[in-house]
Amino acid sequence: MAISLKLNGKDQTVEAEPGTPLLWVIRDELKMTGTKFGCGVASCGACTVHLNGEPVRSCQTYIEDVEGAEITTIEAMSENEIGAAVQQAWIELDVVQCGYCQSGQIMSAVGLLSENPKPSAQEIDDYMWGNACRCATYQRIRAGIQRASEILEA
Amino acid sequence: MTINTSRRGFLKSAAAAGAVLVVGVRPDGALAASGSPSMLTPFVQIGSDGSVTAIVKHFEMGQGPSTGLTTLIAEEMGLTMDQIGYDFAPSNPQVYNNTLFGPMQGTGGSTAMANSFMQYRQAGAAAREMLLQAAAQAWGADASALTLQDGVISGAGHSAPLGEFVEAAAQLDAPADPPLKDPSEFRLIGNPDVRRLDSAAKGNGTAMFAMDIERPNQMIAMIARPEQQRATAVSVDASGAEGIKGFIDAQILPNAAGVAVFAETTWGAMQARDAISVEWDTSAAETRSSDEIEAEIRAALDAEPTYNVNGADVAAVRAAVDGADTVVEETFYFPLLAHAPMEPLNCTIEETADGGILLHDGCQFPTIPHGAIAEIFGIPFEKVQIKTVLAGGSFGRRATPQADYQVEAALAFSLTDRSRPVHLVWSREDDLRSGYYRPAFGHKVRVGLNADGSIVGWEHRVAGQSIMKGTPFEAFAIQNGVDHSSVEGTVDSPYQIPTAAFGLTDTEKATSTLWWRAVGHTHTAYVMEVMMDMAAKAAGIDPVDFRLAYLTGDGPDQTRKAGVLKLAAEKANWGNAPEVRSQGIAVHKSFNSYVAEVVEISGTPEDGIKIEKVTCAVDCGIAVNPDIIKAQMEGGIGYGIGHNMRDQITLTAGVVDQYNFPDYEPLRISDIGEIEVHIMPSAEAPTGVGEPGTPPAAPALANAIAAASDLRVASLPMDENGVSFV
Repeated sequence: MAISLKLNGKDQTVEAEPGTPLLWVIRDELKMTGTKFGCGVASCGACTVHLNGEPVRSCQTYIEDVEGAEITTIEAMSENEIGAAVQQAWIELDVVQCGYCQSGQIMSAVGLLSENPKPSAQEIDDYMWGNACRCATYQRIRAGIQRASEILEA
Repeated sequence: MTINTSRRGFLKSAAAAGAVLVVGVRPDGALAASGSPSMLTPFVQIGSDGSVTAIVKHFEMGQGPSTGLTTLIAEEMGLTMDQIGYDFAPSNPQVYNNTLFGPMQGTGGSTAMANSFMQYRQAGAAAREMLLQAAAQAWGADASALTLQDGVISGAGHSAPLGEFVEAAAQLDAPADPPLKDPSEFRLIGNPDVRRLDSAAKGNGTAMFAMDIERPNQMIAMIARPEQQRATAVSVDASGAEGIKGFIDAQILPNAAGVAVFAETTWGAMQARDAISVEWDTSAAETRSSDEIEAEIRAALDAEPTYNVNGADVAAVRAAVDGADTVVEETFYFPLLAHAPMEPLNCTIEETADGGILLHDGCQFPTIPHGAIAEIFGIPFEKVQIKTVLAGGSFGRRATPQADYQVEAALAFSLTDRSRPVHLVWSREDDLRSGYYRPAFGHKVRVGLNADGSIVGWEHRVAGQSIMKGTPFEAFAIQNGVDHSSVEGTVDSPYQIPTAAFGLTDTEKATSTLWWRAVGHTHTAYVMEVMMDMAAKAAGIDPVDFRLAYLTGDGPDQTRKAGVLKLAAEKANWGNAPEVRSQGIAVHKSFNSYVAEVVEISGTPEDGIKIEKVTCAVDCGIAVNPDIIKAQMEGGIGYGIGHNMRDQITLTAGVVDQYNFPDYEPLRISDIGEIEVHIMPSAEAPTGVGEPGTPPAAPALANAIAAASDLRVASLPMDENGVSFV
């Protein structure tokens, strides 16, 4: 079936079977590789994208449910004020290690800061709980979100 | 300041195509009158436009060698970090071998910086000297009057960018022994402000991991595997997959270990794999359960060990323990653990125009898959190329003695007409159920204390599944029957324990065993440090003071271990935790580095433990990239704590019980509070940082729990043995 959606501000029509996860439409069909496959069961958060501005796990979001929706991926984060601040903070603090989960971490962090511009450590933990990092970069993720909050406040 | 490491080799330069200067150490250590560039070890390449590229021989799984080895070249060439780039080295064990592994190229054992520190500095220094020499000739000046700084050569009234002299420098012989910078002149080595070179790309989605490789016209392959290890495929019925979009074919692998399912897309391959049906021959399959593995290990601990590891007079040690005023005794059990790197295993294989094979892989030990692929396709070693790309974590999993996933890709590719590249992709279920695990181990320890609380005897039995036996490494890794990786961290501990006996019994393997971040230290550090804590408590002596009493020697092993122990205790305000908190401490040497950690918790095992803070002190010699060292300690602590809190792989009748992350729950951001890392100043040669942060973390947590509650967790994971976490 043909599905129309807006990806990173651009209208796209993709051909996909119903039941195809958005993750695989993005990676297999649209050839955008910034969104990662980690578990396939919404347990790790590596595949996080924004659906109408809200973080969702693209591996458990089905293509027929996003007809007409606005999808945003890591590739467009530098054009988003909050996204750019998070990316800057991530570089300042060298948050990444292997880096494979970090697209998803950043997409969730932007979701958090969009709702709550100045989250406490506890609020960060509560919101970011679903994004696993096997390298355990968690304390830098926490510090990175707080640094991004400062950058945005300045 | 002296640098305690060996230097090797002569240096030689050669011109490569396009006036590129390549500098490195000749593999045979000889200085030939002439030589082709392919015989050299290019650690640094300089283009005629002045662009400098470090050629990094270690793969990047997050531990930082791409930044680290590049730092060494930049330091000696007087460059800033934004004047240099890096590429991963091709697979070539003659020139890019790990000097601590012999004739093999590979990353592991926390050796990347240890084996590269002098090699890369020498390469950078030789490049600098040759450029200065070329400039001196052009200007009719004395090279000693010239300097190279920030990419510009200046002196004797001249100044020009280094790119102007690359062509001339490429014609020169490299100096045999280029002068290295004195450590007092270092601007980058030891500089905490040097940033990772891969941060930006990993934060904006442009970093290319193996999973992101898309070769023209590639197919995806996934493997249908049996539930039980060592079952084999007899027949496949793919009719259920017909009609699935993109499904191409399903065929039994040549070794019958599984069925390769080919599709145009990853999603198509996933669906098709679920839709086919395979008949398996289970007559030779594994049928044991983890309960049986544990029972076998526990029985072995109750028997006389097979190997007397330290040649002790066991009867005398036992008599000393039996005759002691107090005997402290504990039996420990450690389950199987999966590595679960964030990026599921995968690689892409294709045929080259000349009939060779090219593998794209986040490749940890290139030499092993390189040889395996040559053998599978019956082609010379030289016709195989490996392009190493970023790896999304490993923790040991991407390096197996059998090159397991690369061989799978090669076998799948061999089923095709080779006209299309094949990208082999694993799912998370494949990863957790693949059968390569940190082996299960048990320890039984009896410690005798005299009336003043001193240790008078230490009898220590280890039983478990050897990692090295049955692998190609057996010949050199096993000595007198003992796999050192089973006992490392016990018999070779810097603690000066009198009257000690260490025994080992191998138990049967029910799965493939594999090194897992810190290898044997993952269980030995836990046992040593919990026993020291129990003995200190029995003796009524502070745990830090008790340990220091066995580190009084003036050898570096004792002074460095005592040093980090005291530093961590001081920085954690040891003994003065807030009233509602409890502290535990552990210290361990692994991979030639010394790490002490204090874990501070609140709560109780019944109501829930919260890990509030971890304070770490590390002595890893010269700290080349201090911030990366800190990051590795932070990550190593999380890795050690997370698995020991709640993870294990279990088997029921030979079938792995865990499928995906909900069954093998990763450490989450809410599980662990602040981590503070302190680096011991040192002039010693750099040692490992990727693994040494892991071993002390879980025993420090266990000791904190014991301080809070009197509960001694001796079987792992903790949440299956009386501890809840909040």
